[in-house]
Amino acid sequence: MIKKRYLSRGMLTLIAAIFALAFLMPTVLTITNSFMSQTELSANYGAIFSSLNDSSSYVSERVNLKFIPDEVTFSQYFTVLLQSPDYLLKFWNSVILVVPIVVLQVGIAALAAYSFFRYQGKFRTFVFFFYVILMLMPYQVMLVPNYLVAKWTGLLDSRWSIILPGCFAPFSVFLLTKFMKRIPVALIEAAKLDGASEWRIFTKVCLPQCRSALYSIAILVFIDYWNMVEQPLVLLSDTSKYPLSVYLSTINAGEVGLAFAVATIYMIPSLLLFLHGEEYLVEGITHSGSVKG
Amino acid sequence: MKLPAMKLPTGKAPLNQLKKLWRMDSYKKDEWISRLFLWPSLIGVAIFFVLPFIVICYYSLINNPNQHDFVFLDNFIQLIHNSAFRTAAYNTARFSAVAVPLAVILALGLAVILECRIPLKSQFRTFFLSPMMVPVASIVLIWQVLFNYNGAINDFLAIFGVEKIDWFKSQYDQVAVILLFLWKNLGYNMILFMAALSNIPRDLLEMADIEGADPWFKFVHIKLHFLSPTILFVTILSLINSFKVFREIYLLTGDYPYEGVYLLQHFMNNAFASLDYQRLSAAAVLMAIAMVIIIAILFFIEDRFGKDVEG
Repeated sequence: MIKKRYLSRGMLTLIAAIFALAFLMPTVLTITNSFMSQTELSANYGAIFSSLNDSSSYVSERVNLKFIPDEVTFSQYFTVLLQSPDYLLKFWNSVILVVPIVVLQVGIAALAAYSFFRYQGKFRTFVFFFYVILMLMPYQVMLVPNYLVAKWTGLLDSRWSIILPGCFAPFSVFLLTKFMKRIPVALIEAAKLDGASEWRIFTKVCLPQCRSALYSIAILVFIDYWNMVEQPLVLLSDTSKYPLSVYLSTINAGEVGLAFAVATIYMIPSLLLFLHGEEYLVEGITHSGSVKG
Repeated sequence: MKLPAMKLPTGKAPLNQLKKLWRMDSYKKDEWISRLFLWPSLIGVAIFFVLPFIVICYYSLINNPNQHDFVFLDNFIQLIHNSAFRTAAYNTARFSAVAVPLAVILALGLAVILECRIPLKSQFRTFFLSPMMVPVASIVLIWQVLFNYNGAINDFLAIFGVEKIDWFKSQYDQVAVILLFLWKNLGYNMILFMAALSNIPRDLLEMADIEGADPWFKFVHIKLHFLSPTILFVTILSLINSFKVFREIYLLTGDYPYEGVYLLQHFMNNAFASLDYQRLSAAAVLMAIAMVIIIAILFFIEDRFGKDVEG
């Protein structure tokens, strides 16, 4: 009986290990490949990236998937960081799009969530329900309104056309409201009896209480926008304003090594956030787990 | 008809109102102030989402923005008869129909495995969650290496004697994208399921043990029952994410995808490019309606299935 249990647990561990391997492999491969020299990469993948550009003819060369470079080189990084400002510029584009969105969205959402948290009533229920519906709408539906507003206000082709709608996305309002529900009401009442104003309660009682929630929501919002592709394609026509997420797909065969290095650099911010804040992230995801208010 | 004479506000009235507000007891004032906290968000949502959406509903019913003639459902009928739209809608539906159930079932499976007290549980959790934090753009290169005609997957399959498959230009065109979707989303879903699994009352499971229920019975009749709100939520979430898969496809295949992965977003992008507002508006309205209907159906099913579970 016990032996059987051990056996099944071993099997489950094995399955988990296989999955883990499959989940880790692409990330690890990208990182290790970024340390390969261009010649080594061409030798390994030459067939693929030449057939990407000219899809009519297949080169019959085999592809070697290699985890460990023969010779570790930093020349790619050297080129990206010091010699080709293009990539760094695109990285900077990503930063100046994403950082304002994260800060403003979380800030505005904190205010709104506090309002939802403090007062109940028909209006509140209706608005909250409406936010949930809005949150569940596919991106394609929301992109058309964003485009129209940008056009009317003349913001089309400026970064604000992406940043402004991003600030008001209802997702973080929804999530923060759920987090705030766990703040003990007695705490608020006590602050009130002591004569604290609403603003004081909000900044001195409510926000410190949900510091971890703010962090976890910031991570979730960050990764969503760090990944953005649709918005710049539709709202920006000036490709020099494109974030790195879009620009990375335009690599050409001669620059595969560079592309791996840039791809790795692009993961670093989000991977650092992940390693530092995994617990918060998990908590944040856990609390997003039910649509019922 | 004679209207009753209206009392015009005298100069003093607004001032009195202000005084009244000033003298309002602090509780009421506070309520008033914290209502104010909602306004930044509410105004933004109104300006950027709600008002333009109303305009879109209007656009979808007129012939063109210059003439403003009402044509009612003509735009929708034209849209439905448009072959590109049909292909896009069909492909999107096909993708979601395969990817969403897989995303739910596999995530549940992973969560159940991790809850079975296997060693290194927290490490596994980290591994499964990590793809979520890797930007798609960074991973696209590897995906191309794996799924290329000369790529690693074909090499691997060749060991088992499988013929080379052209992953992007045959009937298998959605496979690579579905795998990428699963790779990215399983971790998030798994965390949701893990949280739900650990919330199942222990005594209920112990009771079932005492009664001699086998694991399968426990899973189907107790766990699934308690999980049903989460299953609903994960399904909705995966559905929304499956509409977002355009990202992955665009990064993999560029502006001109192979036919099997021509999705609604591609259709919308083309409409944006040609500034065809009627078509865009009609497509957006149609999608919104379809989404509301799907969500309503899912809620209805969940309501029937998990009646006595509090979400």
